[in-house]
Amino acid sequence: MAVNSIERPQIECVWGWLEDVPDPEIPVVSVVDLGIVRNVSWHGDELVVTVTPTYSGCPATAVISLEIVEALRRQGLNNIKIETQLSPAWTTKWISAVGREKLKNYGIAPPDESSNCAGMLKVPPVVECPHCGSSDTERISQFGSTPCKAHYRCTSCLEPFDYFKSF
Amino acid sequence: MTGDPVFEFALRMGDNCLVLGQSNSAWCGHAPILEEDIALANVSLDLIGQAKLWLSLAAELQGEDKSADDIAFLRDVREFRNCLLVEQPNGDYAQTLMRQFLFDAWHLPMLTALVRSTNVRISEVAEKSVKEAAYHLERSTDLVIRLGDGNDESRDRMQSALKALWRFTGELTTPDDVDQALQEDQAAPDLDEIAAHYEQYTQRVLREATLVIPDVSGMQIGGKSGLHTEGLGFLLAEMQSLQRMYPGASW
Ligand SMILES: [Zn+2]
Repeated sequence: MAVNSIERPQIECVWGWLEDVPDPEIPVVSVVDLGIVRNVSWHGDELVVTVTPTYSGCPATAVISLEIVEALRRQGLNNIKIETQLSPAWTTKWISAVGREKLKNYGIAPPDESSNCAGMLKVPPVVECPHCGSSDTERISQFGSTPCKAHYRCTSCLEPFDYFKSF
Repeated sequence: MTGDPVFEFALRMGDNCLVLGQSNSAWCGHAPILEEDIALANVSLDLIGQAKLWLSLAAELQGEDKSADDIAFLRDVREFRNCLLVEQPNGDYAQTLMRQFLFDAWHLPMLTALVRSTNVRISEVAEKSVKEAAYHLERSTDLVIRLGDGNDESRDRMQSALKALWRFTGELTTPDDVDQALQEDQAAPDLDEIAAHYEQYTQRVLREATLVIPDVSGMQIGGKSGLHTEGLGFLLAEMQSLQRMYPGASW
């Protein structure tokens, strides 16, 4: 079996292309920024991209796989397999520093990882207003426009905004 | 018990999520306030996503080239394995909320324990679902307290809901041979431990909500073995109508 290495782009190169695949719901961040792409590897001449869903019911999951395949096809790759991995379960801790900055600039407060959501003892998050930077903010609703976001209001500048919940 | 207990267990977990997710979604566009409309829709989405994970596992164990959709849309009422609590009608908003709380208070400790299951497939699905369940319980707990300890109207409604639903909670922690088989393999927790946790948590929250747990002569069970109350038939008729009219339809 002779696989020409010229036809198999470097893994780093593939990661670079994936960094340009936007999240369908928050298009300013990429699927790599969000930590949705877990692994990229060649199995013979087949490129395997391992992805993990954010929330179980997230309707974007199927779209994300489709967009990854399309982006790689545009780079001339045809033999692509998307594998879905449940464990370890996705966590907002995987959102990159760049991704957090992009979220904030877009008007979404990034997750506060010191808050603890998975347990009976909850530590409320410190949420900074993405508009004015004030920490004087209050939660309006635990669920915002999508399951991953909560709805907040800044009591300094009075602007409402979305908070990307730590998860 | 016939067949694979892990298959039965996956059906139970999946059917609980599917039925509750489907019921909650009926509030979309009808909830008392916009924030709750969105919250109910998002909780539904999580639950239906979790149902898909459990039912995909069940479909795989069943073999026969079945999919999660086949299991969701092509079974009759007697083949559903959800507990009776989740199939109780939406009623008013208080009843929907109380149903959610009484389920969440069981779901979270159950999933937390299942993360440690010796069955890797069960543990993966539990690990994926548990953080969502934690958010669900946080929301339903807050609201039960706010409305129970609210005004006369809200308290009366929450109390009536508790009175109507409490008798269905025993089933959640009443073990049968499927539960025992899984517990022996350490694939699922001892339901007595979940029961102790459940009792402690619900009592604390309901007390804070100024609500009184009703005296019931006996807990109603049956859902786990396919003996359902009348509400489930109506729910399935609506949920399955498209697949029954146009078998195999997809988009
Ligand atoms: Zn502000």
